[in-house]
Amino acid sequence: MSQDFRLNNIGMVNRNKKISFTFNGKKYFGYEGDTIASALIANGVHLVGRSFKYHRPRGFFGVGVDEPYAILQLERNNERDPNIRATEQEIFEGLEVKSVNCWPSVNFDIGAINNFLKMFFPAGFYYKTFMWPPSFWYKIYEPFIRMAAGFGEASIKHDKERYEHKYEYCDLLITGSGPSGLASAYAAAKNGARVILAEDKPRYGGSLLTSDVNIGNQTGTEWSEKIITELKSMSNVIVKNRSQVFGYYDHNMLVMSERISDHLPKTQKYLPKQRLWYIRAKEVLISSGSIERPLVFGNNDTPGVMLSSAAKEYMKVYGVLVGKKPLIFTNNDSGYETAIEFKKNGVNPLILDTRKEPSSDIITEAKNLGIEIKFSYVVVAAKGYKKVKSADIAKISDNKKDLSNIENIKCDCICVSGFWTPSIHLASQSGNKSEFNEKIDAFIPKKSKQKENTIGSANGKFTLEETINEAFDKGYEVSNKITENNNKVSIPTVVEKKSTEHDKFWCVPLPKGKSYKRFLDFQNDVAVTDIELALREGFRSIEHVKRYTTLGMATDQGKTSNLNGLQLVSDIENKVVPQVGHTTFRPPYTPVSIGAIVGREVGKHSKPTRKSPMHEWHEKNNAVFVDAGVWLRPRYYKQGNETLFEASKREAKNVRKNVGVCDVTTLGKIDVKGPDAAEFLNRVYTNAWLKLPVGKARYGVMLREDGIVMDDGTTTRISENHYHMTTTTAQAANVLSHLEYYLQLVWPELNVNVVSTTEQWAGAAIAGPNSRALLMKLFPNTDVSNEGLPFMGYKEADLFGIPAKIYRISFSGELAYEVNVESDYGNFMWEKIIEVGKEFQIQPYGTEALSTLRIEMGHVAGSELDGRTIPHDASLEGLVSKKKDFIGKRSLSRSAFTKPDREKIVGVVPLDKTTSIPEGSYIVKDPKAKLPNPKLGHVSASCWSVEYDNPFSLAIIKDGKNMIGQKLFAMSPLKNKTIPVEIVSSHYVDPEGKRVRA
Amino acid sequence: MLYIFCPHCGLRSQNEFAYGGDATVKRPELNKEISDKDWDNFVYLRKSPRGKHLELWHHISGCRQWIKVERDTSTHEIFKTYKADELTE
Repeated sequence: MSQDFRLNNIGMVNRNKKISFTFNGKKYFGYEGDTIASALIANGVHLVGRSFKYHRPRGFFGVGVDEPYAILQLERNNERDPNIRATEQEIFEGLEVKSVNCWPSVNFDIGAINNFLKMFFPAGFYYKTFMWPPSFWYKIYEPFIRMAAGFGEASIKHDKERYEHKYEYCDLLITGSGPSGLASAYAAAKNGARVILAEDKPRYGGSLLTSDVNIGNQTGTEWSEKIITELKSMSNVIVKNRSQVFGYYDHNMLVMSERISDHLPKTQKYLPKQRLWYIRAKEVLISSGSIERPLVFGNNDTPGVMLSSAAKEYMKVYGVLVGKKPLIFTNNDSGYETAIEFKKNGVNPLILDTRKEPSSDIITEAKNLGIEIKFSYVVVAAKGYKKVKSADIAKISDNKKDLSNIENIKCDCICVSGFWTPSIHLASQSGNKSEFNEKIDAFIPKKSKQKENTIGSANGKFTLEETINEAFDKGYEVSNKITENNNKVSIPTVVEKKSTEHDKFWCVPLPKGKSYKRFLDFQNDVAVTDIELALREGFRSIEHVKRYTTLGMATDQGKTSNLNGLQLVSDIENKVVPQVGHTTFRPPYTPVSIGAIVGREVGKHSKPTRKSPMHEWHEKNNAVFVDAGVWLRPRYYKQGNETLFEASKREAKNVRKNVGVCDVTTLGKIDVKGPDAAEFLNRVYTNAWLKLPVGKARYGVMLREDGIVMDDGTTTRISENHYHMTTTTAQAANVLSHLEYYLQLVWPELNVNVVSTTEQWAGAAIAGPNSRALLMKLFPNTDVSNEGLPFMGYKEADLFGIPAKIYRISFSGELAYEVNVESDYGNFMWEKIIEVGKEFQIQPYGTEALSTLRIEMGHVAGSELDGRTIPHDASLEGLVSKKKDFIGKRSLSRSAFTKPDREKIVGVVPLDKTTSIPEGSYIVKDPKAKLPNPKLGHVSASCWSVEYDNPFSLAIIKDGKNMIGQKLFAMSPLKNKTIPVEIVSSHYVDPEGKRVRA
Repeated sequence: MLYIFCPHCGLRSQNEFAYGGDATVKRPELNKEISDKDWDNFVYLRKSPRGKHLELWHHISGCRQWIKVERDTSTHEIFKTYKADELTE
């Protein structure tokens, strides 16, 4: 296929490498280095999408991040990527892209009927239309809006690509590699600063790639190539292309998204698709350049109307003509550069200049080249539907209000230049309040807020000489502040055709009797009439006008529309722009992939996975694991085809009958040491600790200051000033922070140290009537008799040569011990217990059996201590000391916590003794009561009691103490179940606690 | 992301710290009578000032020390940081 719009002798694409791709199913080809936009334009394709609201045909408007039109959907490796700007995405072999927001096709789009109904789609259409009746929202309005909204379709599949995060520190971050970025990076790097230079495009050089200038006797392209090559060779410089610094956050933290593999057919091995850089910079130079401003005229959104700088870049960088009969419409000298470029490439442009009698070097040059120029002329309206075919042009009066000599001329593109808008987004994000500069009719950054400076055209400097001088000076100045070096490089001489005066004219009036749509925001279809309407309806604040009309709210964030919108508001309001003010810029500057934000923290990588030293043994013995916080714990050990229910019942039964062993390594463990340790524990726990003898353990409950139970566990006095505290698995980290808080801030006079020892100890709970017999075999040299090691006793012992600690504590309610050894010996301990335990019918048990055992014993755990219960509610009031003060004690006497019908834990048994009660069920008196049915409380935990072979649950209900014996109902609306139940004591098994003391 | 100077470790990024609330709150003394109202004030009521605020941060992924940070709540400017037992100005 021939490329009718490709130029032969110009451009930076690699002509030796042809690349084929498909657009809407049709095959095209371009060259390596082409973007989708440049390759399609080379093939004469200008219709790529439909607009958001009216479904008007959309082509290309810009050549970079500012593109409001050419938003496409990309397919790569069977993945869908929406919201791709055709002007940024480079082509690769096999690339597939599609248009969005059109159906059935971009050429014939049903939604375009909106275009003819546009009088019905004014600003605020949605607010006005989708109001009544409220019942219509769910079934009619919302689906309608959802169908009409959005650009493209996100993939619903798991994204297999890899995204990475990287943290970097530097002296100086420079955002943009145009003339100011290159010059300042060079000056700073030569002065010894650690520099990061970021460029969002594939090629470095910015405007130097397209402007006809001379720096130090070289062309702009040659000079930028020389500088970048030298910067890349310096060890104190990081140079990154395809990298957008999109956010400026607090304390000079900037975030940059690097597109590493987006331009490749497939992500290379060992490389991510994108990488997000968190950069903490001592200083920042914002050299993000400027974006050309559109001129506003009738049908100025027709494909073929584009920024004149874009037309120039398509020629100079990609060797592509955007049209063969161009019309240049400008209010400043920039349009002339584009016209001259056309002329040099054998195409005759016509320039319409809104100015009356301008004169400058470049105008003279254009005249000398024989380019036709009409002064005081404007484009009234573009003609043509899917592509510009002609334009109505007219002479405009000196006061810019009246049009005359309207005529129609043939053209195939209209290149507009309404002067330049500095890209102040990053400066604004840093907190810098910008100020309006009358000379350039745009906002520029004011006083630095963080450690940032804006340079070059982003700072309103539009001549290369100013830019280069400022950049070299700033680069030196900033680096000198950091490195204190004094190596100044010489500033090269600059030759350019100076010209900066622009006409303060931006919107062409409508000719009499015409009602052309004149668009301000090209992505959200906001026209001049929409703003006028919003103001007529009383919206004044620019922030309100923005939200009502959606001006500047599309994915391009109004990069091309903001200032024209402000101009319009200030014209109508007879204010000047600075009084109107501008809306706040917020990150991200350009859209960022969700994948890049998430990085590697997906699935199992979103948090660390902690495994006990016995994990491998569990795996080998068919353990099915469950997430317990960040830990993986065996839930049950599967035998044959057992279900969870069958396995946990078997395991729990075996504990009640013989002996079982459970991995309790995950319990939080904290060493509490120091002469004041006893006093500290006395203040932390609700019960008394001063008299606990060495070698004894005690169960303790700790509260928050608001009286709510924070955690429970046993703490053992190992020696005079040394306590071993255990916490629940879930609360371990919080408890440590809590203890540190009181020791460091509240009672610094207490001489106590705390440190987490969770990972230092591996733990095994040995529980069941056979546990003592097993212990005697495991520790033949230690007296583990009921007298030698009584309930809540502690002993150090020798486990086949390994030092071990035995705590006689029980969560299962059986005669039980917890044996701890240093983690490295954990597996050894476990295997010995299993080996020696064989003759006692030992079986390992998981968390499910553990739950069963504790529930039927009425021992509380996380589902009861859920951040809402005080000790009384969990029947722990016996552990609350009346004599001493402790954390949270004062709260317990607050009225809500002392009322007589305060909630309390009870046991719940279904009357039929077979129906399991779903956890979370409500306990109610009358299941048929009028809704909302007043609930007495909720079921916190359920199990199948292995002791009595029927279901048993724990519940926390109002006035629980006096409810025992009552027949009530457990209702689960979620499971659609109503179960008649009887309330019993929460201590369902062994209420006197004989077994643990046996 | 804030850059917080830990008096024990030096400048560290915010993600090493946990926020700990108002540093000017003083816990009532143990074993002392206190009215419901005063106790409620201590447990629940906090000022949420705009501007300078002395607050606690816990260097949880670092030295595990609680520190005091004087920060502007509207600009995030950090003026000074103190050790837990250091007197604030």
